Amino acid sequence: MADRPAVVEVRSLSKHFGAVRAVEDVTFKIFTGETFGILGPNGSGKTTAIRMLCGLLTPTGGSATVAGRDVATEPDRVKESIGYMSQAFGLYGDLTAEENLRFYGGLYGLGDKLTERIAWARERMRLDEIIGRIVSPLSGGQKQRLALGCATLHHPPVLFLDEPTAGVDPGARRLFWSIIRGLAADGITIIVTTHYMDEAERFDRLAFLSRGRLTAEGTPAEVRASFGAGKTLEDIFVELQEQNA
Amino acid sequence: MNAARLSTIFWKEFIQMRRDRHTLGLLLAVPVMQLMLFGFAIRQDVRNLPTVVFDASRTQQSRRLVQRFEATDNFRIRGWVGSYTEALRAVDRGRARAVLVIPEDYARSLKRSRPVAVQVLVDATDPTASQSAIGAAQLVGLRTNIEMTGAQVLGPAGAVQPPLDVRVRPLYNPALNSALFIVPGIIGMILSNILIVTTAMAVVREREHGTLEQLIVTPLTRSEIMLGKIAPYVLVGLVQISAVLVVGHFLFHVPIRGNLLIVYLASLIFIVANLGLGLFISTLAMNQAQAMQVSFFFLLPNVLLSGFMFPREAMPVGAKWLGLALPLTYYLQVIRGIVLKGVGMAELWPQALALIGFALLFFTFSTLRFQKQLG
Repeated sequence: MADRPAVVEVRSLSKHFGAVRAVEDVTFKIFTGETFGILGPNGSGKTTAIRMLCGLLTPTGGSATVAGRDVATEPDRVKESIGYMSQAFGLYGDLTAEENLRFYGGLYGLGDKLTERIAWARERMRLDEIIGRIVSPLSGGQKQRLALGCATLHHPPVLFLDEPTAGVDPGARRLFWSIIRGLAADGITIIVTTHYMDEAERFDRLAFLSRGRLTAEGTPAEVRASFGAGKTLEDIFVELQEQNA
Repeated sequence: MNAARLSTIFWKEFIQMRRDRHTLGLLLAVPVMQLMLFGFAIRQDVRNLPTVVFDASRTQQSRRLVQRFEATDNFRIRGWVGSYTEALRAVDRGRARAVLVIPEDYARSLKRSRPVAVQVLVDATDPTASQSAIGAAQLVGLRTNIEMTGAQVLGPAGAVQPPLDVRVRPLYNPALNSALFIVPGIIGMILSNILIVTTAMAVVREREHGTLEQLIVTPLTRSEIMLGKIAPYVLVGLVQISAVLVVGHFLFHVPIRGNLLIVYLASLIFIVANLGLGLFISTLAMNQAQAMQVSFFFLLPNVLLSGFMFPREAMPVGAKWLGLALPLTYYLQVIRGIVLKGVGMAELWPQALALIGFALLFFTFSTLRFQKQLG
């Protein structure tokens, strides 16, 4: 695994909001084609970390590069190479599914490739039955797949998913993960934050954040081992949460 | 600035505008409805003010004076009373809003060229209403004076002494027709109020729905987001002006004495200033309810202090100064100047400059706040 090139490199990254140290001295690497999980209780700093990696927040200290671009000095170049899907999905409810795709495709300057890419999203994200429909009455799972389509339309090498399966039923979650595996097979690096510990087992590697600090990093098996034998990831999660409280 | 990205946002805004039938209807119907309301219902020139007459003279001359009052359309004679107290009682009871008192020696005095006082008592509970009635009464006096003194030129020399002292003479609007004054004002009022609220809401809605966050991770720059959001509303504003101008012109006979191109140019600057203010409000508000509340904070002063309803000349110093902080104050001077007086930029450049200043100020402020909020 280590011989693969790193697509995300985080070195001593910190973000302080006044006296609050949201992220403190975090270092890790994510390799090309990995599905990487960032786990941690609420307030552990995972959303802040992801927002820095997306070029939305400027780090207070340390540095991070995404697809070879520095997030602090070239945030605009970072944005061109990433896809981002937020918890809120970021879809326009009064537009149709296709109009949403067309809109985000237009923002990424797809131009002539737009029609071909929409056809791609329609097939890969299973959007056939909703493509012409207004978005707001769609189910959570349908919106989630459409949002994923919007975030990947420009074929970014790195994809960030911020709690993508929150509020989605188990059937839709399963379909979602099978689509994600397909994207990973295409070589896209996928970085996911989640609360669902059963999902954590799906990741190639993961990082545990607690109170802004990195407390464990590695494959799910390695992380479990570092916290003591016989513990599940869920045990570890709850343990960290209690430390936080 | 990237043209392809900007046109993508315009395209999306127009689809959203088209789908939101309620708001679209509101944007187009409200200006015309407000115009009708202000033009017809809330007339400041009160027509047919119920009037009673106490005519102690009971002569042909006094009856002619009453007819003159009636001929102004401001007064409608509801009855004749036999005494001064009876007349006052009619006002107290609300049967009459004005009383015309003609003294016993009216005809005699006129014949001997002696000054005589004709009293017009106006119920001043509503100051704006009474003001135009007073104006009309003074006009009647003036006209009578002219006729009589004109007649006296033929009589004994040096005997010219007008029976009534009249000083009011309204400029540009001799008929005291308030539609002339109100229609240009409505354009400014509607543009500022509707545009401030709709832009503030449009941006806050994106924040509430989480789409703003999504836009920021795209290569879209912050100024592109702001420009893309407001540009469609510039068009809406121009359509609104046109609707009010057309209805005002054909229904209320408002002349457009100045250059129409300058009207639109000045309005464009004003629209941009208001959209800037709307954007600024959107950076202060976290949700649509808050945006609405902050907008109202600006709307009331717009009505009260800008000179839309009440003359700024009559305001206390503090209120006057506050009014200077409103773009509408300057725009009203510009639009009334162009539409009613027919003046151009040669006279109105200080106000135009102030509006440009507001536009720049609001955009700088909101861009700065926008930057800070999102990272």
